[in-house]
Amino acid sequence: MALKIVKGSIDRMFDKNLQDLVRGIRNHKEDEAKYISTCIDEIKQELKQDNIAVKANAVCKLTYLQMLGYDVSWAAFNIVEVMSSSKFTYKRIGYLAASQCFHESTDVIMLTTNQIRKDLSSPNQYDTGVALTGLSCFVTPDLARDLANDIMTLMSHTKPYIRKKAVLIMYKVFLKYPESLRPAFPRLKEKLEDPDPGVQSAAVNVICELARRNPKNYLSLAPLFFKLMTSSTNNWVLIKIIKLFGALTPLEPRLGKKLIEPLTNLIHRIMSADRSVYIPFLVARVRTKGESMSVLKYVKAMFVFVVKYLGLLAMSKILKTHPKSVQSHKDLILQCLDDKDESIRLRALDLLYGMVSKKNLMEIVKKLMLHVDKAEGTTYRDELLTKIIDICSQSNYQYITNFEWYISILVELTRLEGTRHGHLIASQMLDVAIRVKAIRVFAVAQMATLLDNAHLLTGNVQRKGICEVLYAAAWICGEFSEHLDNPTQTLEAMLRPKVATLPGHIQAVYVQNAAKLFATVLKSQEGNTDSTAAQETSQLMIDRLPLFVQSANLEVQERASCILQLVKYIQKLQQKDVEIAEEVIALFAGELNPVAPKAQKKVPVPEGLDLDAWINEPPSESESEDEQPRAIFAKEEPKHSRPRHTEVDEKELAKRREARKQEQANNPFYIKSSPSSQKVYQEAPGVEHIPVVQIDLSVPLKVPGLPMSDQYVKLEEERRQKDRADKKKKEKKKRKEKRSGRGKRHDSGPESEEDITPAHMVDIVTEEMPEVPSRISNTISPSTLWVFDDKKSSKHKKKKQKKEKEEKEKKKKKKHHHHHHHSDGGGEESVQNGTVEEEEPLPVSRDGPDQVNDIQGNLQDGSQVVVSVIFENKCDSFLKSMEFNVLDSLNSKLQRPEGSGPHDGLTVPFQLPPGQSNVCLFVIHYLLFVVVFPQNEDSSTHEKLDFKLHFTCTSYLISTPCYSDAFAKLLESGDLKCSSVKLEGVVMPFHHLLARICFRHHFSVVERIDSCASMYSRSIQDHHVCLLVKTSGQTVSIDAKCDEPTLLGNVLDEIKQTFSQC
Amino acid sequence: MRFMLLFSRQGKLRLQKWYTATAERDKKKMVRELMQIVLARKPKMCSFLEWRDLKIVYKRYASLYFCCAIEEQDNELITLEVIHRFVELLDKYFGSVCELDIIFNFEKAYFILDEFLMGGEIQDTSKKSVLKAIEQADLLQEEAPTAKSFIFFADTTIV
Repeated sequence: MALKIVKGSIDRMFDKNLQDLVRGIRNHKEDEAKYISTCIDEIKQELKQDNIAVKANAVCKLTYLQMLGYDVSWAAFNIVEVMSSSKFTYKRIGYLAASQCFHESTDVIMLTTNQIRKDLSSPNQYDTGVALTGLSCFVTPDLARDLANDIMTLMSHTKPYIRKKAVLIMYKVFLKYPESLRPAFPRLKEKLEDPDPGVQSAAVNVICELARRNPKNYLSLAPLFFKLMTSSTNNWVLIKIIKLFGALTPLEPRLGKKLIEPLTNLIHRIMSADRSVYIPFLVARVRTKGESMSVLKYVKAMFVFVVKYLGLLAMSKILKTHPKSVQSHKDLILQCLDDKDESIRLRALDLLYGMVSKKNLMEIVKKLMLHVDKAEGTTYRDELLTKIIDICSQSNYQYITNFEWYISILVELTRLEGTRHGHLIASQMLDVAIRVKAIRVFAVAQMATLLDNAHLLTGNVQRKGICEVLYAAAWICGEFSEHLDNPTQTLEAMLRPKVATLPGHIQAVYVQNAAKLFATVLKSQEGNTDSTAAQETSQLMIDRLPLFVQSANLEVQERASCILQLVKYIQKLQQKDVEIAEEVIALFAGELNPVAPKAQKKVPVPEGLDLDAWINEPPSESESEDEQPRAIFAKEEPKHSRPRHTEVDEKELAKRREARKQEQANNPFYIKSSPSSQKVYQEAPGVEHIPVVQIDLSVPLKVPGLPMSDQYVKLEEERRQKDRADKKKKEKKKRKEKRSGRGKRHDSGPESEEDITPAHMVDIVTEEMPEVPSRISNTISPSTLWVFDDKKSSKHKKKKQKKEKEEKEKKKKKKHHHHHHHSDGGGEESVQNGTVEEEEPLPVSRDGPDQVNDIQGNLQDGSQVVVSVIFENKCDSFLKSMEFNVLDSLNSKLQRPEGSGPHDGLTVPFQLPPGQSNVCLFVIHYLLFVVVFPQNEDSSTHEKLDFKLHFTCTSYLISTPCYSDAFAKLLESGDLKCSSVKLEGVVMPFHHLLARICFRHHFSVVERIDSCASMYSRSIQDHHVCLLVKTSGQTVSIDAKCDEPTLLGNVLDEIKQTFSQC
Repeated sequence: MRFMLLFSRQGKLRLQKWYTATAERDKKKMVRELMQIVLARKPKMCSFLEWRDLKIVYKRYASLYFCCAIEEQDNELITLEVIHRFVELLDKYFGSVCELDIIFNFEKAYFILDEFLMGGEIQDTSKKSVLKAIEQADLLQEEAPTAKSFIFFADTTIV
């Protein structure tokens, strides 16, 4: 027992103190983490003891560990304990630990409020000081609110040590608790004139920081600060005051003037002493004229010190207001370019931009070029490159006196390795060559050498960016080919096989300009008596161009094949000894003129031209889809007016365009402005002579064919790839097809039937086409329906026919079944909904599900019909998922959710257990044929079930109730055509007969008198159909009236058919 | 001033003082990032660099880097002066200070810093008054361990 007590007191001696811990960590460099974890365990033990000295020691160690990056937040409470110790030694450690570890979200901070308040009012100034210091680190809004008053009292403490701390901490309190600012401000202002310099500087600091956030409120203090500035000798304070004035002068211009004198005095005084170079920099911030002039004297002196960076920064600020004054320091700034520090170099580069003049430009750029060679690292080099170009091209090449020099600089820049700015150089070359006529001869010569040495530029993979230059080179050589010394050689250089490795857009320019060159060469050679040279040139073109015709790039391909044909034709003429050089040259004749970027604005808009109006109405989606049926089925007025309308538009437009073209031709100003220098090299040269305008005319605003064909090609390619994997046959043929990818669409049908197993999608499109018109001529309304099954590949045709027969038989059987069904419930239904439904049983696959459909016009949207399909599972297995798909045709398409492709199926939103059925609705726009693919995924098998949907004419009728007087009016109007039909041998009660018409053909009864009834319906396109049904014995006569005769005929045919079956 | 860091050439943090509340994780991340940037710079490069939205002012004394983060509008040179003044204070207090002094007496170093800067602002520009305050506070500590006892560990001395 006694031993234990002794041990307890001795314990402390053996405890590790901070030094031991530090030494231990240094000795355990390999397993530091392990050592520290044992230390933390020890510390936890120590914290449990009652002895405050032990605790303080532990907390001290924790603070050290915290700095090393270990989490000590678990000891927060212990820290508070140590803070509240009455002994200064421990209190100090506690506050230190708190200031390091606590932050706003530490919850124990709430516990400290009273402790801190106690310490603040402690008689010992160091207790107070320690508390203030700690508080400054972890002050929270709550603490600030609670302690603001205590701190404010401390601001007038007798001891300056406390006063100064209290003043400083007020800044933090203001930030956390802005309401305290107003009551504390008078006292803070007092402190500006405190006898103690420490307190004074603290007050200046605080006010300066506050003023930076909101200078306006502190303008009134300006005189006070002005006095301070002239009287104070403390540089630290002076800096702060000047900074404060920097914030104030923008608000009060008079202040700037007043400041000039004292500031200059200050600078003079300070410059004589060393080390205080920062003042000038500060002054630069007070942006008044007089100051910056005097500052400049000293900026130079700054470079003596390490602080070049600041000097440069200051200079760039002065540069903005007084550009000339900086120019004299050019050498100094150029020296900075040699600096090792990249940030200094970049700053110096910024300055250079403003320093160039006509005189020194070449010198500066020469210097920069030297740096380019020396520079390491691509970012800096790229920066240099852009700066060189920036400097040279600024304000329209204002400073360039010799453009030959500039061109050679640009050419030199192309030798840079790994730059990304090839396009920048290229655009400069083009710009200069186009705008400076006198330079063209030189430029062309330079570009020709560039083209000759193209392999140097393209050889290295890293130099990818620079090959953009060849774009400019090729274009310049082609466009200004008349200046070339040896056009044949350049032409050859352009047609080298290696060119094919260049990016597509460059190749395209190569091809186009090769043609221009060819024209020039031809002209020079035709002058000679020897015609073989010219023919050789043509031969060269014909030999080399096929390389480009095979290019993967469309642009290249197109241009190359066009030019190849042209050259072939030329060759033919040459063989007949026809002189054609003039005509070939004429292809590319014409001068390109530079245009100011804003020139377009000066061109007056022709009268009657509204640039904002649509030329053609933007095509709506449905319009383009429905065009055919609507044209057939539409009412008379819209049918005629619409196409006529567009026609007029088109004509008028053409007229206007023609007129405008005329006007442009007569207006010299306009010609100048039409090809902007930017656009020129994107389009082919000789804009005037390429029929761009004509193309414009012929291109319709809507291009529905384009995406379609894209998809088509893509689809086909996919399919072919698949097939290729299946059967690797006839490879040659396929390769040929691929090459001629564009012409694909038309011959795909027969070709696919010949050698590739037809994919049903494609097949259907091709086979369906001829069928449509014939059907249309039969019935002429969307009521016709095209039934289609998709297995019609040539192989299966025979089998198919057999199947169809089977199906028909089945249909008959089925029908009986369904008839019963409907005669039971159908009547009621028709009354309730006012609709009559049409049902058509479908072929049933032996083990698959059964679908029964019902087609009906969509009341909300006239262009849609709703098909309700009943899925009945007749097999034994569970159907997990089904997909319903319709192959879209010209006249119909399945309405799919947004975002899905045109060939995606719709997932049927339910599963089918064996023997059950369910109904699903699909919305179809003007449907022609439907295919359903239910998938049986039970045993992970997929099955496709094809079926036909029969769309009868009356499917498009919507049964609409009609009052008898409205009905009479309609009949009286005389717009309706009449037709009648007689049915013999109908054995059924009259009301059954009516119900059947109602149900199957979507009519509603208007009036019934004995054995006579009037019925009405309308089609989804608002054609009225009226029926008068009379019966006498077994004869039923139906008189029908309708405003669309074809519809009328079809409806009657259908009714007749319905009753002939029974 | 946002924060001040002291770290060795080996990338070991010796002192850190944050004047704005920052989450522990962010602190670590910023410290690591800054150390990497600063240590990679060559001796003749300038002492200021722009980093994120802050300006970093650093100076190397022997094997120790003193690194301060200040705001856009703050003055770089005055910060450099602050660093220098702090080093002078340490030097005076420890008597020719070295890295080891700061390692082993890191709490003292913090006390000095706290007397010199408060909440990121200069508290007293006079060396004398700062040192006086520290000494008097030390007197209050009955068992103030003398820093001098570790001077023989010194391997580097501040020039």
